This record gives sequence, C-alpha cells and structure tokens, in this order.
Amino acid sequence: MSTFEPKIVAFCCYYCAYSAADLAGSLRIQYPANIRMIEIPCSGKIEHTLLLTAFEEGADGVYVAGCMEGDCHYLKGNIRARKRVERVKKILDEIGIGGERLEMVNLSSSMGPRFAEVAREITERIRLLGPSPLNRAAAVSGKEEDSGR
Amino acid sequence: MIVAEPKSLAEIAGYIKDAKKVLVMGCGGCVTVCLSGGQKEVDILAVSLRMLRAKEGKPIETVCETLERQCDKEYVEKMSTLLEGVDCVVSLACGVGVQYLAERYPEVLVVPAQNTKFIGGTTEHGIWEERCGLCGECILASTGGICPIIRCSKSILNGPCGGSSDGKCEVNPDTPCAWTLIYEQLKRQGRLANLQEVFPVKDWSKSRDGGPRKYVREDVLL
Repeated sequence: MSTFEPKIVAFCCYYCAYSAADLAGSLRIQYPANIRMIEIPCSGKIEHTLLLTAFEEGADGVYVAGCMEGDCHYLKGNIRARKRVERVKKILDEIGIGGERLEMVNLSSSMGPRFAEVAREITERIRLLGPSPLNRAAAVSGKEEDSGR
Repeated sequence: MIVAEPKSLAEIAGYIKDAKKVLVMGCGGCVTVCLSGGQKEVDILAVSLRMLRAKEGKPIETVCETLERQCDKEYVEKMSTLLEGVDCVVSLACGVGVQYLAERYPEVLVVPAQNTKFIGGTTEHGIWEERCGLCGECILASTGGICPIIRCSKSILNGPCGGSSDGKCEVNPDTPCAWTLIYEQLKRQGRLANLQEVFPVKDWSKSRDGGPRKYVREDVLL
C-alpha cells in the first residue's frame, strides 16, 4: 500500500485554476505528478457523467477547480459546478466508491502557490483513502485471471 | 407534463442483478423536461450501474438510447434492433412508457428506473408541483383556474375547510390553501358571486372510480 500512487483527475477552469497551474509552473512550484489536468472553458461545463466516467476510467480521485465564488467569468458556472459535484458525491456514495474522493475547489488565476497546495492536499487525502474500490476490484480480477483461470 | 423521480440505484440494481447486458432506455418526452429520464440521466444511470457491478466483480454491459417518446408505438418499434443479447431493459420513462415497452417486447424483462409522481409543471428550475388530478371532469372555469381537486389536500368542492389558516393548509404550512387562492382569484376578477354556486357531489366514476379509462375518437381511427 505504501507504493500506492493515486491517479487524480483535475478539471480546471480556463480562467482560474488552469492559469493558476501555469503560474505555479512559472514560479517553479512543485506539485504532485499524480494530477492529470483537463482544461475546461468554465467549471460550469462539467457534467455529472464526465465526473463519473473519470472514476470508471480508473481515477482514484477527481476534483473540479473553478473560480472564486462571485468571480465566475460566466457569472454562475462555479456555483452550478459545486451543485453538480455535490450530487455526484451522493451517487458515488450509493455506488460505494465514496463521495470523499470527489471535491470542488475555488481558486483565482493568481493563486499559483495555492494551486500546488490544493494538489498536495487532495493527493494526500486520496493516498490515505487508498485505491478506488473499482481499481481494487479490477486488480483482484486481474490477479485471478493471471493465476490461470 | 408527467413528473417522475428516479429510484435509488440500489433498487434498480436489485431488479437487474442477474443481467449481464442491459438496455438503458430514456424517454424524450415529459421525463426529459423534468430532468429525470432523458439522455443525460440515461448516461448517469448507465455509468453508475456499470461501476456498481464492476465493484462487485460482476461487470455489466450497457446499451444507452433515448426514444422520442416511449408512450408511442411507432417509436417503441424502433428499439427492436437494440435488444440483441439484452437480458433486461431499464426504462427511465413514466409508468406508461415502461408498460408500452413491456407490452411490445413481452419476452424481455422491463423494469422501471423511476417512480412516477404526478401531473404538474415547473414552478422554478428544479422544482415541480402537482397541478392536475386527472378527475375526468374539469371545473377550472368555475374556480378561477385553480384546481381544488388536486391543490386542496381534501379535494373538497365547497371550501375552504376549518384547517385553512392565514391562507395555508393545515396539512403542510408550505402548501397554500387552494380555496383561499380561488377566493383571491375570483375577487381579483370581480367574480366572487361564483362562490355562491354550490358544487354537487362529484361524479367520481369519470375518474379512477370508474376503472381504467379509455378515450376513443372515431374520426381519427385508421
């Protein structure tokens, strides 16, 4: 378990988190390589299915990073994203994957250091939670197949 | 529109526990409008079911589609090509759609993914309220366009009752008293005299008390 490196997908708004990541890079601030960033035009672009599909495709954790509340370029995109994230958390609880593997965070484009901090916090949280139950199940069935079934 | 509410994932998964391939079928009618059974909800349910089953080590294959309407035979006919190898159909339509699929494809298990709630409308995005009780004999012309059958908790025709207080119903303080609404509406329209009319006992045989209903229009029969 100590060697577990979580796969984390971060859906980042073009106007804030994506730029903040860029700034973190320019400032030479390290953040975990576990984060796979996907640029979206606004956090409000996020769909329930997209979040769930990330988990189905093997993510151990997912987060959506939108602008600070009140600062959305499209006015309410980040508010809507948060509501969708809350709904998907409940669905993940129902499935048994656990809603705590999904998070909504708010950043501004000037928060390069904070972007790296969030990436570290979420990576650590998912590391403590261990692999997604879906990945655990896949690993078990993989081992059974390897053992000559 | 018909308003429906999704069942829990556990209940739906329980219906299809032996299936290896399911067709998740949405409906493009009322349930798309009330955000519970259109293509988006089909995709959410399908991915949820796949993950639930993968987690249990019993993977399931899903086929996703949304018919224009599940309550029309012409559209239901079109889904026959999707049924190959399918053990079960999960319908996100209202109870009508589920029954239409089950009638047309009797060899396949068809299960509902929703609880059909009522006939109503959207009062604000994400909130739906009941507006019609399907009583079969509309009296809205006399009641200022407000239905006492479905909006009064007791369905009384000569209200309000003693449970009306400050314009609210005793059953739920969030529910306006239908008869207060009717009074205010008729007053606004200068038609308060309408309230002197005493409604006779309602003939419920035109509603569900007369058994399952059927409506025939001879001139459009083919």
